[in-house]
Amino acid sequence: MTSSRPPLSIVAAIAAAPVLLLAGFAWAGGWIGPPRIGGATIVDALERSGGRYAGYRRAHAKGICITGRFDASGAATGLSRARLLARGSYPVIGRLSTGGGDPFATDGRNVFHAMALQLTGPDREIWRMAMDHTPIFPVATPEAFVALQRASRPVPATGKPDPAAMKAYLARHPETKAYQDYIAAAPLPDSFANGTYYSINAFRLIDRAGASHAVRWAFEPEAAPGALDKAKFAELPTDHLFTDIGARLAKGPLRWRMTVTVAAPGDATNDATILWPANRQRVEAGTLTITAAQPEENGACRDITFDPTILPDGVALSDDPLLPARSAAYSSSFRRRALETPGPSAVGKTLAAKEER
Amino acid sequence: MPDRFHPAIRLLHWTMALLIVAMLFVGVAMISTAGPAYASLIAVHRPLGIAILLLAAIRLAVRLATGAPPLPADLPRVQQRAARGAHILLYLAMIGLPLIGWAMLSAGGYPVRLTAALTLPPILPQDALAYGLLRQAHGLIAFAFFALILGHLTIALIHGFVHRDGVFETMGFARTPVRRPEPQVPEPGVPEAQEPDEPDAEPDETPAS
Repeated sequence: MTSSRPPLSIVAAIAAAPVLLLAGFAWAGGWIGPPRIGGATIVDALERSGGRYAGYRRAHAKGICITGRFDASGAATGLSRARLLARGSYPVIGRLSTGGGDPFATDGRNVFHAMALQLTGPDREIWRMAMDHTPIFPVATPEAFVALQRASRPVPATGKPDPAAMKAYLARHPETKAYQDYIAAAPLPDSFANGTYYSINAFRLIDRAGASHAVRWAFEPEAAPGALDKAKFAELPTDHLFTDIGARLAKGPLRWRMTVTVAAPGDATNDATILWPANRQRVEAGTLTITAAQPEENGACRDITFDPTILPDGVALSDDPLLPARSAAYSSSFRRRALETPGPSAVGKTLAAKEER
Repeated sequence: MPDRFHPAIRLLHWTMALLIVAMLFVGVAMISTAGPAYASLIAVHRPLGIAILLLAAIRLAVRLATGAPPLPADLPRVQQRAARGAHILLYLAMIGLPLIGWAMLSAGGYPVRLTAALTLPPILPQDALAYGLLRQAHGLIAFAFFALILGHLTIALIHGFVHRDGVFETMGFARTPVRRPEPQVPEPGVPEAQEPDEPDAEPDETPAS
């Protein structure tokens, strides 16, 4: 060992190695450089606009678990090699929910009705979907999603969003304005059972030859249509949709047909705010049969993240920028709620109160 | 007594150094973004983590079988002990971090998909709280691992370019390794077989097949 002091140049050269690595690490992690939108940014924005309810999903907090099966017709096997689309019957765990962060919000709101599914195929292969009852989404990018949540943030004085902020946002985002006009006019299903649930994003189906087909899909209900009277939201029982689904399932199973719509060349796959023309090729891939519902306390769905990027072989992501953003945000939401004590669900709370009486 | 690590260890060390640093960068980058890179980074992170786990298992076996060259006898005992401790921690992180990642995904109900054709089985039953705790541990240990790597690198460079005591060269590929000056008098109290970061290796043991 040398006892003399090393030359400064050697000290500097030695120090440069860890310092450069540390700087690279900080750059990779986004601590230096322009601000980035990560999963946590999205969930922070959701918590600020919709409220923070510890122990619950940060979006679609009010929900109920469902179970059933998916009977694939085999008709989509020309488009995809996914074994879950080959003729057969596969178990399903799912969740029906309404939009927003409040797990006890009233059902009398013009918000997303959503259906999330997990199909389990042979060899434990899993296909997760998180679908909404509208064929289009209010925003096309994670940046716009965060901007919309920030514009929707309630002002402490009024408890409502700042109209000026929303106006400024909408001026920059005509796609959100178009969505708002659509959802204001469109009928809101009066039951989870008669909603059509759309994939929102485009995906790619990969066939046996490895060719890729851009698609969207929807689950179309067998139940007769019906709409809520939006003028009488205040009169609607708080948990109307949830008691309704329980009552319907007590009478018998509910069914939806899975319809796959194939894009034509030129149809946008990276913009969930735009509908594809109606005359596109459609394939009926199978039938979803829901046989039972369980409150989240006892159901299998509560601890599942319905990340729509969890796909089986034969189904792949499209270039839609919302898909990785949804994955990152759902993961961030799960990361937070997993460490919090899960609270009762709206349905579970009502059931417990009934049992006490 | 060998004056360098077994060639397989040296090869594994530098290969894994690259992979692990890349892995830590991918890990922090992945968490920082919800952009298109997120999906690609996750798709790299999982198979790379399992590859590191496999390489670390092989490396541990070779290391236990072939031992380590002794540190210079004139290195203070506290430094010898610190080196042993740090090297044990590095091995623990190399093996533990991928295992925690795998366990965390299992507890979170995420399929551990490595490639289109290969999905690993879960190693823990699904449990949200276990997921939350393991997820937190995965992140914290990754940061500690990176700090440890920076320290390891800095100390290795100090040995190589300030002390010039041959410690750096034990992991090198130079044709004529630098011979350390043999200490004249062994330090009292230091056992003869100085394998400060290798408590279990038998010097006479044949290399693992």
